[in-house]
Parts: sequence; C-alpha cells; structure tokens
Amino acid sequence: MDLTYLFPVEQQRIEIKKLRQGENLILGFSIGGGIDQDPGQNPFSDDKADKGIYVTRITPGGPADAANLRMGDKIMQVNGYDMTMMTHDQARKRLTQKKEDVVRLLVTRKSLEEAVKTSMGGCYPRQ
Amino acid sequence: MQSPTVMDAEEEDEVLQVLEVCETIEEIREVIVTTIEEDSHNSPPVASSGTGTKPSQDDNWGETTTAVTGTSEHSLSQEDIVRITKDLEDSVGLDCRRYFTLTLAVILGLLVFLTPLAFLVLPYILWPEKLQTCGTACEGLFISVAFKLLILLLAVWALFFRSPRAGLPRVFVFRALLAVLVLLFVMSYWLFYGVRILDTQDENYQGIVQYAVSLVDALLFIHYLAIVLLELRQLQPCFSVSVMRSTDGEKRHYNLGQLSIQRAALAILEHYYCDFPVHNPALLSASKSRAAKHLAGLKVYNVDGEFPASPADGPGNNAAAGMAHSQSRAMIAAAARRRDTSHNELYYEEAEHERRVRKRKARLVVAVEEAFTHIKRMQEEDQKKTPGDVMDPREAAQAIFPSMARALQKYLRTTKQQHCHSMESIQQHLAFCITNNMTPKAFLESYLSAGPTLQYSRNHWLARQWTLISEASVTSGLSDGSIFQLKCVDFSLVVTTKKIPYIQMSEEYIDPKSHKFVLRLQSETSV
Repeated sequence: MDLTYLFPVEQQRIEIKKLRQGENLILGFSIGGGIDQDPGQNPFSDDKADKGIYVTRITPGGPADAANLRMGDKIMQVNGYDMTMMTHDQARKRLTQKKEDVVRLLVTRKSLEEAVKTSMGGCYPRQ
Repeated sequence: MQSPTVMDAEEEDEVLQVLEVCETIEEIREVIVTTIEEDSHNSPPVASSGTGTKPSQDDNWGETTTAVTGTSEHSLSQEDIVRITKDLEDSVGLDCRRYFTLTLAVILGLLVFLTPLAFLVLPYILWPEKLQTCGTACEGLFISVAFKLLILLLAVWALFFRSPRAGLPRVFVFRALLAVLVLLFVMSYWLFYGVRILDTQDENYQGIVQYAVSLVDALLFIHYLAIVLLELRQLQPCFSVSVMRSTDGEKRHYNLGQLSIQRAALAILEHYYCDFPVHNPALLSASKSRAAKHLAGLKVYNVDGEFPASPADGPGNNAAAGMAHSQSRAMIAAAARRRDTSHNELYYEEAEHERRVRKRKARLVVAVEEAFTHIKRMQEEDQKKTPGDVMDPREAAQAIFPSMARALQKYLRTTKQQHCHSMESIQQHLAFCITNNMTPKAFLESYLSAGPTLQYSRNHWLARQWTLISEASVTSGLSDGSIFQLKCVDFSLVVTTKKIPYIQMSEEYIDPKSHKFVLRLQSETSV
C-alpha cells in the first residue's frame, strides 16, 4: 500500500552520467530494498511494508551526488522501467547495464519541510 | 558418665506450676497447666508444684507455692499430666459408640450373608415333599450362588474390615445411607419371599434358586455403589485447601476431592503429622515477651474523673464505656508517638543469636566427626586379634556419645530444641546411624532442622484430642470459601478452601509440514 498520499512528496527526475572506473561504470550510490527483501529493516521508508528500491548511501563527490540524488530517495523508474516491483538483484542489473551511459531516474522524496519537521520531533502534517 | 545430669536437665527446663486443680474424691476434673521455660541449667528449680492427687487441699498452699526446694515429693512432671488425661479419656465411654456401630455392622453383615442361604434352605425344611427336584440348571445355579457369596465376602472384608483410622464427631453419612439401603433392600426381599413363596409354598425350586441368585447379584451391585461412593468419588481433586498453624504461621497446601468437612479434616490431620515441622513452644517466647513489653510501657491514670461505682446498666454504663474507649484511644495515640527502639534491639538480638548458633554448630560438627572416627566396623581379621573389645551398636553408641554430648547439648539449648530430644532417643539414633553406616553429617541432620511431628516420640508430640470448629455442619461437603479450625491443646490449624477452577480448553491443529522458515534479507548493493 502506497502511503505517499499522506505526506507531501516530491517527484524528481534525475539524470546521472555514469563514471568510468577501470572496467566498470559506476553511479556512486547504493540501493536497498526489493520484493525479496525484508521491508521492516528499511530506515527510509514511512510505510514499513514498502518493498521498493531506496537509495541508502551516496558516495560524496560521485556522479549521483553531482546529479542531486539524495539518501532516502525511492527509485520509481529507471530509464522508463518501473522499479516498484523488482527484486533486489533485478534492480541492480537494471542500473548497471553496460550499454547505457546515462540513467534517468524518477525518484520520490519527502519534501524538505516535512523532513525537517520529522527530524525535529515527528508530528503528523496538517491536511 | 554424664547421664544423670543430662536427665535432670529435662525436668529443670520444664517446671510446671499447677494453677488450679478442681478435684472430686477420686477423679481430677480439670487441670490448667502452664510451662515455665528455664534457660540456665545451673540454678536450682524455682517452683514446686502443688497437690496433684491428695483429696483435700493444703491450707498453706498459697504461701508455700514459691518455696525454693530441691525436688518436692508431690511434684508432677508433664508425663504425669499426660498420663492422667489419658486415663480420664479412657474411662469415659467414648468406646461405647464405637462398639455400638461395630455390633450394628456385624448384625447387618450376618443378615446379608445368611439371607440367600435361608432362601435356599427354608423350602427343604418346610415343604420338602412338594418340591420339584433340582435339575442340572438349578444345581449350576448353586455353584453360582456359592462363588458370588464368596466374592461378596472377600469384597466386604476388603472394603469395610479395616482398622479405623480415627473417631470422627458425626456419623459417616455415606456409610449410614448405604447401611439403610442394604437393610431396606434385604427387608423387601424377605417380604416378597414371605408373601409369595412361604405362604403359597411354591413348588418351583428353580425359581426360588434364581430368586436367591438375583439377591446376591443385587448385593454385589450395592457393593459396587459402596466403592464408588466411599472411595472413588473423592479421588479426583476438586479443592485446594491451605492449612496454617496459628502459632507460627507454617503453611501448607493440599488438594482434596469432594469430601465432607470431617473427612477433609481427617485427611488434613494425617498430612499435618507428616509435613509440618514439630510445634516448638519455646520459639514463641521471644515474641510474647516483646508483646508484654509493649503493653507494659504505658499506664493510664484517671486524674479528674470518677469511676462509676458499679458497671450496672443504665446511663452509668455509658459513661464507663465511654471512658474505657477514650482510655484505649489515648493509649494507642501515645504508643504511636513514642520513640520505640525495640526494633533495634530485635535486630541486634537476632544477629547475635545467629552468630551464636553458627558457632555452636561448628563446634558440634567437629565434635561429631571426631567421635565417629573412634569406631569402625569390624572386619574378619580383627575378630581374631582382639575378641574382647567387640561391641554391638548400642554399646558402640554409648562409647562414643560422651565426647559429643556436651557440644550437642549446648547446640540444642541454643536452638531451643532440648526438650524435643531425650538422651535415650539421641543414643538410639546414634546406634541406628552406626548400624546403617551413616556419615556424621547424616547423624546430625535430624538435630539441625526441625522434622515432622511423627519423627519425635509419640507420647510428647501426638495430640490426643483434636476439636473441629466449624460454622457449617461437619457432615456437609467442602465448598469454595469454607473455613474451619482444628484445635488441639497448644495451637490450632486454620483451614481455608478454594475451588479448583473449571478449565475450558480448545484445540488448535498444527500441520507438521507447516514449519517453514526463511532468512531475513537486507542487502545493500552499490551501483
């Protein structure tokens, strides 16, 4: 169940150019989540039954950081492919296609105002 | 040997003072006895006791009660008092109720056993010529009657002919009902026999034999009913009773089935003798002295009011009652405000006592272990060497007892147990332990902690008479929340009942194949 309608969320389109490091093309962030994973362990999701793919870490100075991807963003689409019902490994594969130099992500994140409010002591937003 | 002094210690410790003896010429009606505990065994006995069996009272009895003497000729010890009360009870006709029920039971039994035989024999006596001859089937029935009567005899012997465990205050309701049932049953069979067979002089002998067989069958079924009512019904536990002793608060819990109050009391008493540690009045003296000190602390003087002349009814009584009320309230208020340091004394006294007990116990353990090393079991080769020194267990016990006697006596005095164990019983126990190859620790165990009442000598510690005090009738059954008391001379046992609750259980089926597990995955991959 997607509870994003309860909280103001932003949808962002982020374009990341992959960086070549040796043989690999890296994006500079880490993902967590997936339909085969345990959603209760996800620290970024509001709904602990959400099995989507989340950004768990951003390498500082990497391509994702430069493209304004933030930790805690939920990745909804990658290059047009839907990521909400993917296993962890499928998501990894979709992001690390060797043929693609650029990935265009559609991410949702909680708005800044909301993030500040919840970090200052968690009250529910007024409708 | 120290035996004479240790023997006297018993009497020195418990010196009785007979307070009031109401006498007739030959019997002693009522004796009120208090015991005075004597701690130091070196001082001479303080009180002599008064006239126990002389028919007339001494005129100087009041003045000479506290004379300091050796042993006076008319002193009574506790054994004498117990013996006198025992004789008193035996002379009163408590036995005649038992004999009455016994004769009734015997008469009923004879009636029950002789009735079928009478049914079979009477036709042959009264109208032998008219009777049809007894065929094969009929003679087969004779065997059946014989064996059924034998089984009935054995069953009745097994169920009813057991030595009675106790004398209960009221009649045992189920037994009485069964006896009445059997009597009615046999009477009705006789009535039928008398009217339909004796009067008409029936010739069908096989019918008569079958009639007798049916009587014996029915008697066997009544015996089955007796087993169910008397034995089986109370086996399933229904109530949890908690039994608490009034003097020191020892508490135990038992499970009982559906019993009448008197039978439940009997079961509880049998458990009491096996489970409760023996009642030791010497341990209660400390709290009694503290209570006395609390009471003696304050005195109320009435300075300006006047006491009414007599506590008669009318308005004067109200004034007296009011004054008594205000006096007691004033005492309670003053006692609450007083700075009482008795708790301090109690704490230090108990710590000191604890220390003393442990020290004496250490000395005792060492003395006993050393004493036990002096003897050993004789082997075959020793017999040839020194034939003169061979002892049986009793002599061996007497040989090693003196080395531990003093330490044991001191320990028993410190823990206030010295009247529970006589020197004879200690030596007997020692001989018993030596015979059975016990270690010194095993020998000491029965003196270090108070055991159940049955362990001690029967004369002193088994109360002769228990009184059942109950608000409900004692033949009514136990019910939830019923409370009754079992009183004996020194203390009482208070019994409360609680019903074991009705349990509603439901089932849940678990398929054995449904136990499956998965790993919890939380992977993080960097892309």
